[in-house]
Amino acid sequence: MSRGPLLFRDIDTPRLAALETYRGLGGYEALAATLGLKSPDECIEIVKASGLRGRGGAGFPCGLKWSFVPKNSPKPRYIVCNADESEPGTFKDRELMEKNPHLLIEGMILAGYAIGSHCGYIYLRGEFEYIQRILDRALAEARSAGLVGADVFGTGYAFELHTHLGAGAYICGEETALLSSLEGYRGQPRLKPPFPAVEGLYACPTVVNNVETLMNVPHILKNGGAWYRQWGTEKSPGTKVLSVSGPVKRPGNYEIPLGLPLRTLIDSPEYCGGMRDGLKVKGVIPGGSSVPLLPASELDTGLDYESMNAVGTFLGSGGVIVIDDHTCMVDALWNITRFYEHESCGKCTPCREGTYWMSEILERLEHGAGRETDVALLEDVADNILGKSFCALGDAAAMPVQGMLKHFRAEFEYHVQHRRCLVNRRRQSLEEVTA
Amino acid sequence: MSHAPVMPLDGPAHLDWPQAAAAEVREAIARFPVARSAVLPLLWIAQRTWGWVPPAALRLVASTLELPEPEVFGIATFYTMFNLRPIGRHHLQVCMTLSCSLMGADRLFRHLEHRLGVGHGGTTADGRFTLRRVECLAACGGGPCMQVGFDYHENLDESKVDALLEALK
Repeated sequence: MSRGPLLFRDIDTPRLAALETYRGLGGYEALAATLGLKSPDECIEIVKASGLRGRGGAGFPCGLKWSFVPKNSPKPRYIVCNADESEPGTFKDRELMEKNPHLLIEGMILAGYAIGSHCGYIYLRGEFEYIQRILDRALAEARSAGLVGADVFGTGYAFELHTHLGAGAYICGEETALLSSLEGYRGQPRLKPPFPAVEGLYACPTVVNNVETLMNVPHILKNGGAWYRQWGTEKSPGTKVLSVSGPVKRPGNYEIPLGLPLRTLIDSPEYCGGMRDGLKVKGVIPGGSSVPLLPASELDTGLDYESMNAVGTFLGSGGVIVIDDHTCMVDALWNITRFYEHESCGKCTPCREGTYWMSEILERLEHGAGRETDVALLEDVADNILGKSFCALGDAAAMPVQGMLKHFRAEFEYHVQHRRCLVNRRRQSLEEVTA
Repeated sequence: MSHAPVMPLDGPAHLDWPQAAAAEVREAIARFPVARSAVLPLLWIAQRTWGWVPPAALRLVASTLELPEPEVFGIATFYTMFNLRPIGRHHLQVCMTLSCSLMGADRLFRHLEHRLGVGHGGTTADGRFTLRRVECLAACGGGPCMQVGFDYHENLDESKVDALLEALK
């Protein structure tokens, strides 16, 4: 049974990672139909017309990003795949690369061709060592078949592609930090502008795209921009792979047409099949732990960029974390905030210090030692990080706090007044173990 | 910013790349127009070769890439996955981030602490296991999850973990 219309259509085909299987299903046909037959500018126009938006989290229009690469720069240009997949709640790129590495390679070659690049790097998070092996094997096959190298498909276009392994740092998912890391520095972000399209890797024009974004490219170049718009909405065309986690009956990756209501994703037997163990939805983080959560009353919101923005949150990376009615929101937020405290790169003060203080306050609240002023203090610290940090990590740490306080403030105040959780099934299980 | 351990002063005084590793090192450097980019690949080769990255290996990476030693020390301590002190034969890395936590990661970690008699960052006396809490491993749909070395183990519970520990000699 097909798990999705596009990227997940063939995902469970046995041995899809082998070149022969991939080609048998139409793989590399987009490359054959593009190289030497369409100009790089035509490719950019087709991707622009498709309306494809970056699938890593920011949702920036992909074709527009490509068009920012200067046409007459004498410097080499680079195409870099962000395969750092480190946003909590997100695990789509891992499955996509593990099962269909050639689709990423084909997407990289096509993106490289469109921006006039002859060299690409796939930056994988350090934990994905086994995926590096899968990709390297696929790359070796593609090289032997003349699909990567000095003369791609005999068209005279040269393209080299390498994999690169990070070593454990959430910040390297931020594109300028990723480039610092790829250059051999600590993975710390750089000021924008200049944007990578103008000055990226080795100060050369560079496009950084997410795995899922690049995997859409072969489909779009083969079938056209209008074809891609058969799925999704006017402002959010196409499909999106959502990673669903938490106590639902069938967690996992689902490729949906953009605009599908969140409730359908969670409840429909076609997707997650509802909650397990008689639990109810309390709130949902729709786009990775960095975005504000939605309360259960907003479950009818469509999963697309504009509908999510309209209710004060973001589609982000598509990491949907479902939180149940027996979970303490103070405890859940403390967990999220600890993550950002741990992952703050230390470069700028609002993020480095602010994430630490938010964790301190939440720890106090959770342990029944909260002060009368703590909820307001927490809000104040978050407000003083948002928009004031060097890169988006600070915003990513502040927004979940703001979202929680907007929708569940009473639960935080309950902690101050009663010095305990309103509900917390995890604490009970902890106590059982430690009794 | 990783909470890196204080740099140990022990380990061998001097190291050289063994023959097979030297070939990998040359190949890694050739992938980039600027040699410095190979610093993470070389640190990984060092960790694979010696099981951890002793100070002498950091100096070796620095001299191979003609970088100042403190630069390489600074890079190795920034990332969480380089073991700057020796670890056990099996590195148990339990994800503690929200999705896994909602599915019972805290309880699982406590269970491992009790079973092994060590806490976060500890190594069992027989040198078999090192236990560590880690942040999101991108296996949220299979929480609670754990990486043993680089191998993913998902949808864990106490009995599955016990069976796994038995199998890891």
